Amino acid sequence: MKPKVAFYWCAACGGCEEAVVDLAEGILDVVAAVDIVLWPVALDFKKTDVEAMEDGSIAAAFINGAIRTSEQEEWAHLLRRKAQVVIAVGACAQMGGIPGLANFSNRAGVFQTVYQDSPSTVNAEGVIPETTHKENGFTVTLPRFFDTVKALHQVIDVDYFIPGCPPTPQLLADAVTALLAGKLPEKGAVLAPDQALCMDCPRKDTKPEKLAISEFKRPHEILIDQEKCLLAQGLLCLGPATRSGCGSRCIEGNMCCTGCFGPTSRVRDYGGKALSAIASAADSNDEDQIIRILAKIPDPAGTFYRYSLPVSELQRKRL
Amino acid sequence: MPESTSTRRITIDPITRLEGHGKIDIFLDDAGQVERAFFQVPELRGFEKFAQGRPAEDMPQITSRICGVCPTAHHMAATKALDNLYKVTPTPAGRKIRELVYSTFMAEDHALHFYFLGGPDFVVGPTAPAAERNVLGVIAKVGVEVGKKVIAMRRRLRELTSLAAGKAGHPVFGLPGGVAKRLTAADQVRFQTVAAEAVEFAQFTLGVFDDIVLKNSDYVNLILADFFTHRTHYMGLVDDKNQVNFYDGSLRVVSPEGAETVKFAPEKYLDYIAEHVEPWSYMKFCYLKSPGWKGFTEGAESGVYSVAPMARLNVADRMATPLAQQAYGKYIATLGKPVHHTLANHWARVIELLYAAERMQELANDPEIIDPNVRTIPTAVPTEGVGVVEAPRGTLIHHYQTDERGLITKANLIVATQNNAARIAMSVEKAAKGVLSGKQISEGLLNMVEMAFRAYDPCLGCATHSLPGSMPLEVRLRNRNGETLSTLRRP
Repeated sequence: MKPKVAFYWCAACGGCEEAVVDLAEGILDVVAAVDIVLWPVALDFKKTDVEAMEDGSIAAAFINGAIRTSEQEEWAHLLRRKAQVVIAVGACAQMGGIPGLANFSNRAGVFQTVYQDSPSTVNAEGVIPETTHKENGFTVTLPRFFDTVKALHQVIDVDYFIPGCPPTPQLLADAVTALLAGKLPEKGAVLAPDQALCMDCPRKDTKPEKLAISEFKRPHEILIDQEKCLLAQGLLCLGPATRSGCGSRCIEGNMCCTGCFGPTSRVRDYGGKALSAIASAADSNDEDQIIRILAKIPDPAGTFYRYSLPVSELQRKRL
Repeated sequence: MPESTSTRRITIDPITRLEGHGKIDIFLDDAGQVERAFFQVPELRGFEKFAQGRPAEDMPQITSRICGVCPTAHHMAATKALDNLYKVTPTPAGRKIRELVYSTFMAEDHALHFYFLGGPDFVVGPTAPAAERNVLGVIAKVGVEVGKKVIAMRRRLRELTSLAAGKAGHPVFGLPGGVAKRLTAADQVRFQTVAAEAVEFAQFTLGVFDDIVLKNSDYVNLILADFFTHRTHYMGLVDDKNQVNFYDGSLRVVSPEGAETVKFAPEKYLDYIAEHVEPWSYMKFCYLKSPGWKGFTEGAESGVYSVAPMARLNVADRMATPLAQQAYGKYIATLGKPVHHTLANHWARVIELLYAAERMQELANDPEIIDPNVRTIPTAVPTEGVGVVEAPRGTLIHHYQTDERGLITKANLIVATQNNAARIAMSVEKAAKGVLSGKQISEGLLNMVEMAFRAYDPCLGCATHSLPGSMPLEVRLRNRNGETLSTLRRP
């Protein structure tokens, strides 16, 4: 009997599903090797089907997306019970991802912006979506919207992580291959190379031995050299703090690494590591001067914690 | 209409080809007549809120995460909003590279919907066994070679987007005044080669549609069925000759009779479009400020309008490329104009696929596409900017306000499917009433309700159109205490 595999998505954009489709011809091999018992985007299995399965009967559940609503939390718990192995797929499941930036605010702040302050929204009566709504005696419900976005492992026990926004099809294929061969590494591992992106970077030969940035530039302010190390051009490339395995796709697009692959195994707090890597590149030993140089970075919290605010030491803004 | 003891509730949950989840609640009276149907979107992520405080130049990459299936649309709308914010005009090469990538993306996206998602209802058949009503069924019908051709075409188009934009999934190349990366002569050859293949592929696809759908009177009758028809306003981008344009132009609105009611610069959208909030869905419902929100109703007096392929073809006078124009002529000759039949979106989408491929070819052959001058550095102090594109599923508007450092103070986003939200909700209710009322509910009838919104390629999840497979559906009949009386499941 082929091993059973489930795919599920929570607060996500669908980019991780597209990464699966990007296996292109290779997806037929995956379909041949495993028995997919849940893939809401593609197949006909329902929550009741999953509930009816024996606990532990699914070999592996691949779950992408952050946890933003009560419905997503329920699905995460359900799949944890049914699956022997849970793999968090993509930056949102691993670290909260870009939707995790909502932890700078809360439910009330999001609702206020979307349903009240939006310049195109006409809502004099202050209507907001309700978890239970009655209209002419008809009752309809919506899931609860939480104050705080969480990564998957903050809600359930997670066995492995596949990083990236989105992950590369190759990393997904490698994970499935390792699963089928019974060659998954120790629990808790991130299934990608454990070194900084700079080591893999096609421009690494142009990275100076010691970076000395006297002024940080924003990408729209300069014409970006297509060959030279981006940090050496004064741009805020997060390659030194970020795990490799992405194929340097953003660098190939002549733009900076923004950190979607998260940290290596030796780092606890991605944003703290990124900040220290960048701060140490400031070309000064004078504290005031260093502060002046770093002040040119317009949004440090949102930049260094772009994908990882919910799993950072900060977790969220206190409101 | 209180929910009496005999009121039956039918819950369709989850509708899994939507991002997160879509849900439909249908209420029937004791005579089995549908009284009310709710089409709900139980998800929200709040990008407008957490955009605040971020550097404007990061918005193309942040907002692409709204949708991993049409990230290029958000990336491009955001990039154009940056042009407007910094009052900078892209260099000719920068602008052309953007539109080349955008055309490549549109071709990929439309082809995927036809073969993998929307198409199976027609190619395999609306009443075919559910297990076959998916991309594998399509391949069985059109042949394995064609299936491989579809997969390979999508892969090649996405490889080109990655080449120019960094990543097909969440591009990085957009900056105010142009793009981050120039194209080489070798890159141009690759674009030319794939563009020629894409034009051929689009013509082939139009042939498939012709053979399988238009030559089958049952399908044509289905397209024309009253319960799949709404007479509403339509909106879409047109160029200065009133031709369909995905990348730029003016927003044109036509009435249910097909007359232009207004044409406006996208920066003026707040004068013409507003959003309505309902307490039973996280998604807001767009409407035209004139006539205003009159509820979920159709006709010239209602503010409800529609976007996406059928709407774009309704608002335009013609297509800008020769082969697409030819196909457009046949479409109008067959269905009239404006077209109100929701399922005609499938046909319109294939015509747009051909246009996207032809436009891609024009730009790939443009000598200026390899000009190294791909960006103008902005110098203005930023305050406010609006950017618009036609996403695969309709008009997409990004609107930012910033402080003098270019940090976002306010962001407003109107995404494609919000424009269609009211019409989709109406379509689901009308199909439910027309199809289910007084009937013994069967799996086949469920698919008819499903087809009512599938035609829009709803972008509640733009994610919906990314993968093969039929939409799983489960209908539970419950009494008012919520106890399940019976369950129908499409396997």
